[in-house]
Amino acid sequence: MAQELGQLPMGWLLTALIVIVVASGFSIGRIRAERYLIAGGQKFHSRGNYHGYYVAMWGFIPPLLVAGLYVLFAKPTALGLLSSELPEAFHTLSSAELQSYLESVANAAAMGGYSGSDLVFATVTGRYLELWGSLKGATLALMLAGAVTGIMYARRKVSPAFRARLRVERGAEAFLFLCAAIAIATTVGIVASLLYESLRFFAEVPFTDFLFGTRWNAQTSAEFGALPLFFGTFMIALIAMLVAAPVGLFSAIYLSEYASVRTRRYVKPLLEMLAGIPTVVYGFFALLVIAPAVRASALGINSFLIELGAANGPVLAAQPTSALAAGLVMGVMVIPFVSSLSDDVINAVPDSLRDGAFAMGATKSETIKQIILPAALPGIVASMLLAVSRAIGETMIVVMAAGQRARISFDPSTDLTTITVQIVALLTGETEFDSPKTLSAFALGLVLFVVTLIFNLIALRVVQRYRDKYE
Amino acid sequence: MNNAQDNPFRSEKALKRLRRRRNADMRFQGYGIVALGFALFALVFLISAIAWKASGASTYHVIRVDLELSPQTILPEGDASPEEITRNIEGFYSLVRNDLLTRFPEANETVQSKRAFSSLIDRMAVLPLAREVADEPHLIGQTTSVDVPLSDDVDMFLKGAAPRAIFLRVGEASSPMRNAEEGDFKIEVDRLNKVSAKIAAIGQHGAEPTVLLVADKSVGRIKSMEDGDVILEILTGRQDQFDGASVKAVIIPSPEDQRSVSDQQIAWALALKAEGVIKRVPHFSLLTHTDSTYPELAGALAALVGSLLTMLVTAAVSIPMGIFAAIFLEEFAPKNRLTQIIEVNINNLAAVPSIVFGLLGATLLLGTFGLPRSAPLVGGLVLALLILPVVIIAARAALRAVPPSIRSGALAVGASRMQAVFHHVLPLALPGMLTGAILGMARALGETAPLLLIGMVAFVAEVPSSTTDEATALPVLIYSWASNAERAWEPMTAAVIVILLAILVLMNLAVVLLRRKFERRW
Repeated sequence: MAQELGQLPMGWLLTALIVIVVASGFSIGRIRAERYLIAGGQKFHSRGNYHGYYVAMWGFIPPLLVAGLYVLFAKPTALGLLSSELPEAFHTLSSAELQSYLESVANAAAMGGYSGSDLVFATVTGRYLELWGSLKGATLALMLAGAVTGIMYARRKVSPAFRARLRVERGAEAFLFLCAAIAIATTVGIVASLLYESLRFFAEVPFTDFLFGTRWNAQTSAEFGALPLFFGTFMIALIAMLVAAPVGLFSAIYLSEYASVRTRRYVKPLLEMLAGIPTVVYGFFALLVIAPAVRASALGINSFLIELGAANGPVLAAQPTSALAAGLVMGVMVIPFVSSLSDDVINAVPDSLRDGAFAMGATKSETIKQIILPAALPGIVASMLLAVSRAIGETMIVVMAAGQRARISFDPSTDLTTITVQIVALLTGETEFDSPKTLSAFALGLVLFVVTLIFNLIALRVVQRYRDKYE
Repeated sequence: MNNAQDNPFRSEKALKRLRRRRNADMRFQGYGIVALGFALFALVFLISAIAWKASGASTYHVIRVDLELSPQTILPEGDASPEEITRNIEGFYSLVRNDLLTRFPEANETVQSKRAFSSLIDRMAVLPLAREVADEPHLIGQTTSVDVPLSDDVDMFLKGAAPRAIFLRVGEASSPMRNAEEGDFKIEVDRLNKVSAKIAAIGQHGAEPTVLLVADKSVGRIKSMEDGDVILEILTGRQDQFDGASVKAVIIPSPEDQRSVSDQQIAWALALKAEGVIKRVPHFSLLTHTDSTYPELAGALAALVGSLLTMLVTAAVSIPMGIFAAIFLEEFAPKNRLTQIIEVNINNLAAVPSIVFGLLGATLLLGTFGLPRSAPLVGGLVLALLILPVVIIAARAALRAVPPSIRSGALAVGASRMQAVFHHVLPLALPGMLTGAILGMARALGETAPLLLIGMVAFVAEVPSSTTDEATALPVLIYSWASNAERAWEPMTAAVIVILLAILVLMNLAVVLLRRKFERRW
């Protein structure tokens, strides 16, 4: 019996139960209110519908809480109960082995039970299904009980004087607040999970070794000096900004100061298309077109220098994937991040400043260089900061076109690796949890999060100040 | 009266200065045009490079033969269930191969030659045929026309991609004369000088280029040539077919040991093509097949469905939640510290690198909540959190665009604040909110990095049917195909990119249309 319960499709059942409860709660409340009305009693404060909503709300919240608890705790509880029941023979297993055994039991149970020849496994799976089944049954019963209690309680309140609408609206407002609070919950979740895993990492690897070590070899041996990764990230972001900063800024100046309304209307969306192209597409483009071109030119420079006699061996590394290829393509990707915001801040500079400069006889370019750009400078700096933060956090382009070797080299044609590349490399494929190798990815993630957060905060603050000044 | 010399603004120095300043102005404007030109050029270059690459995958070569589906080979034990028929790849494969082998006696001679011939088609290429027969058992014993994709190496050669080959018409051949050595013969060809000129133009890279002569269904390899005379070694077909036939030369610069197809395989492929057995057909299997380790059999269907399921989860979570959050912040939030923190938070969250959301998904959703790895459910949730700030910001802008008079009017006739918002403001703001939501969804559809971290990069050969099945998504498929070494994957990857970009363009088009239909000036 309990084993059959274990096979219940809980997702559908929970949803169905909640739908039924809400519908019946609503009709119970509304019918009761309307009965009063038909009986010709006093005038109601709230319409019948609101009484219905009120009852439905009370029927909805208790089972929702139970369902939440089930989602969070059902599986760990069932596994915990199961492992406490396991016979002596299992106690010789290490905790990791036991964990993976339990995991396979849970998987087999999720597939609908085990029908193979391993008798022990079949028994354990059967027992697990039983435990899980009783948990599921208990959850459903509890939900139903909660719903009925809630509805009974709320039903008694329905009366002409009861201000159901106010209660419902307060409930709705609380729900709206919860939705807005998800944003905070996400941030808290990010910080908490990154910090927790990073602290476990730093318990094994000293903090200073991680930040200032120059040898990174997480895959093969336990060397966690992240300096080469920071260098690679910095180098590629620098190359990207060397492309994006002038191109983005001059595009913004041209579009906001020189271009006709028509040109602006057509060109601006085109420019912003660059930001809409998925980064994996940029990565493919970098790998397929730009990286071979960079390599070919590096080889050309090498042979040219050798021919000149300026060098007696290859000067540039000319790798098939290179920092320059990734940086150039990333630069193109972040152009719209620079140009859009710069465009906005240049447009926000009041026309009185322009008119004043023209009245003094300044040419357009002099006005821009000496009046508008200084006035818009904070905003422009903010747009650059946001672009840098984008470039640092960008993943797919560097994963595909920058390489895997952690080293410090100023040669742009060599392959460098970045923080994001290493996070992907460490967490895809076979990952064993709890090893410093996996945990180091979270330490890198923490660094990435903190650095981009600082850039963003500064940029947002500057933009805010700037807006306050001119708007 | 002033004349030109006395006017300080007309003096030579002043005019020169003015000219300099005007030139500087022109230069400055020029920088802007150059910058804009560079950005637009990059966009056009990127898209055309990918489109050009993808065009190579729009068609592919199949072997189309009329085949008798003999029961002896398909059902060796007399009777079989559909699963057993599907599993009998070997039977179907030998059926196709043996049919082709009857045309080429030389391929039957040795084990090596037979193996070389077999590799024209990958074994798994008959799987769709096997599935079709398993579904419709009445086909067994009948003769039907079947399409079997050609191995990707041969396909790439026939498309002229790799190894690169040069095709030349060299006019008529004389009747063949027997040469001293066994199997070789000598013919005279009209315009052989074209071939020698071409070889000279390619330049010598150490190895001699291979030159094949094709006459109808016969292919020979040139052993040596001297002004108009060539000594030809026959690879497939018959000597007498060269007699007076118009001959085509195929020059392959790369040496045989450096390519994935041998001269003999090329000869067979050319002969089959001349016979009309090899046909170039539209590559629809890119949309109807699932992933495979063989490029010619792989398709994006599983990833397409995986992306769709992921997007459903993302939309179901992020759109209502984003809209409700925006309503709270815009209409109900008291001006206090908590609200301010939420605001700063949302702005910051919008700029957090996407990979960090992947880390959150890996620890919280997979670790703490124990949700299944590689599932669209988890991917969808992570992407929902990722685009939530985008949706909220767009929804708030839409709410702000509704004039306060609407709210005041509703309140004036006795509506509560909640009623004013839900009955009057929200319906007016909804189109604007939806356009923002679609843009957020477009961003989510292109995201790759967070999905990699929650394991959606697994090789998925079956179309996922629910949000908890193992699945992958289009951008992740692009990433994994791009990391494959074989050249044949490049056009395939580019083709999937074109599909992805097409979907994104459609979504943006929907936004434009929505805006045009509902745009309202107050």
